[in-house]
Amino acid sequence: MVMSKAPSIRLENLAVGYGGKAVVGGLNLEFPGGRLTMVVGGSGSGKSTLLKHILQLQPAIEGKIFFGGHDMCSLSRNQMHCIRQRMGVLFQDGALLGSLRLKDNIALPLREHTRLKEAEIMDIVADRLELVGLGHALELFPNELSGGMRKRAGLARALVMDPQVLFCDEPTSGLDPVMSAELDQLLLEMMRHFDMTMVVVTHDLASMRALADHVVVLGDGRCLFQGNLEELERTGDPYLRNFLDRTAEGRDAPRLTRPPLGQDRGVMKRNCDKILGES
Amino acid sequence: MAEKAQSAVVSPAGLVIGRTLDELGNLFLFFLESVALIFAGWGQLAKTVRQIYFIGVQSVSVIALIGLFTGMVMGMQLYYALSTFGADGFLGTGVALSMVRELAPVLSAIMLTGRAGSAMTAEIGVMRISEQIDALTIMDINPKRYLVAPKMAACLLSFPILTTFFNLIAMWGGWLTGVKLLGANEGVYWARVQDALDWGDIEGGLIKAVVFGVLVCTICCYEGYFTHIRSGHAGPEGVSQSTTSAVVKSCVVILAADYVLTSLLW
Ligand SMILES: Nc1ncnc2c1ncn2[C@@H]1O[C@H](COP(=O)(O)OP(=O)(O)OP(=O)(O)O)[C@@H](O)[C@H]1O
Ligand SMILES: [Mg+2]
Repeated sequence: MVMSKAPSIRLENLAVGYGGKAVVGGLNLEFPGGRLTMVVGGSGSGKSTLLKHILQLQPAIEGKIFFGGHDMCSLSRNQMHCIRQRMGVLFQDGALLGSLRLKDNIALPLREHTRLKEAEIMDIVADRLELVGLGHALELFPNELSGGMRKRAGLARALVMDPQVLFCDEPTSGLDPVMSAELDQLLLEMMRHFDMTMVVVTHDLASMRALADHVVVLGDGRCLFQGNLEELERTGDPYLRNFLDRTAEGRDAPRLTRPPLGQDRGVMKRNCDKILGES
Repeated sequence: MAEKAQSAVVSPAGLVIGRTLDELGNLFLFFLESVALIFAGWGQLAKTVRQIYFIGVQSVSVIALIGLFTGMVMGMQLYYALSTFGADGFLGTGVALSMVRELAPVLSAIMLTGRAGSAMTAEIGVMRISEQIDALTIMDINPKRYLVAPKMAACLLSFPILTTFFNLIAMWGGWLTGVKLLGANEGVYWARVQDALDWGDIEGGLIKAVVFGVLVCTICCYEGYFTHIRSGHAGPEGVSQSTTSAVVKSCVVILAADYVLTSLLW
């Protein structure tokens, strides 16, 4: 394998959370350069939180983050600018600017950071939107898009500056199975053609099995597993097995503790029956 | 933890004063940064023009209405008050001075707080809670430059212009009731208006307008920008709280600053 030039990301004893309270702690992880790392874990396990901290949107509670060898916490302003311009991020809800049309949303980083002519910019924008299957939606505003379309538009925006590192927060949630598979293909394609480091957060096991090169599992306020996919599939850990097999073995299944309201709904129910002519 | 330790040493009043000073310092830094960023490249010009359209141009009709009615009321009140001792010739003086020095800058600023200031807080607050500000940061686009600086520039220009417009309409409104309706002498009215005002009055009124513009813009943008930290809970409710608080604070600060400026300027 050729050595990758894309930067790797290393976390040293990192604890992340809000208001001084850790959500996940004791993280010693490496997201290898030029490879795709999947971060998986239950809902609320702190995946998005970890991403926000790696992106320096929140100050870490303790520990260090290294981006291609640079300590993110002690960068000068200019170094930070340079690093930001090498990153592309797809947020969980797309985070498109509500006041701009789709094409202007995608064109924004180009207009702000390059001296390209308007025609060239529109050319790139159309190309990127075509890539994610939104070539027809250039003129729409974000609130006129469906959740899945917003997500794909967010991906187009993340890709528009040709980043060296791409972070995706649940790229396939909210997409239909065909679209998810297409998106997975797209990510793989990009991995192959551009030398890129990718960090993808997901719940989607199918997409994990299709893409993962390296897997990190979060849960219980810490990192439960780090390694490649084969190792993960062979694991005996009950929590991880449940997660991988999509079962709830050994866990207290949620139980209905009171009967449905039924006749107890009283007056309301009777009125409805009368109004609907069902009684 | 640190908070508890602090309150054991410092009295509650001291804590409040400390927090207020901290807040004022942050507000001032926010203002300085936003003003400096107005001049960050030609790209700012187009965004500023768009904001001037929203804050300035779209407020013209409201300012005209408020100005008209304020002028009409002043014309009527002053006419009745002055004519009881035969001084209705001074109607023009009264209307012109009260408008130019006090009412136009204060009422315009309060009106603009309601119309444009609340919208700024809500817009920026919604962008904060829907991660749009985070997205700007990640794209290495300074959110203060992109969002706040154009609003600041637009306020700096729009407030004095709208205040001047308010003055003109209000004096015309005073003429409408005082002269046309109640029968004061027309020539005397306009002559007194001209006589009463010297450049110092007009300048003072405009200085007030500029200061109010800066205060309103800073407070409203700041409240929206930090809605996730300041209002106990992020989310739509936090934005609505921030908006309310921005409008209330702006109005109080406008009146307090008006007192200070009046005592300094005249
Ligand atoms: N702004 C916030 N302030 C305080 N706590 C928060 C905040 N955002 C998230 N949390 C808490 O942090 C924990 C992790 O949330 P996070 O959004 O990182 O989960 P996640 O792993 O991304 O879940 P999902 O898969 O559902 O997106 C949750 O328990 C949540 O309650
Ligand atoms: Mg999440």
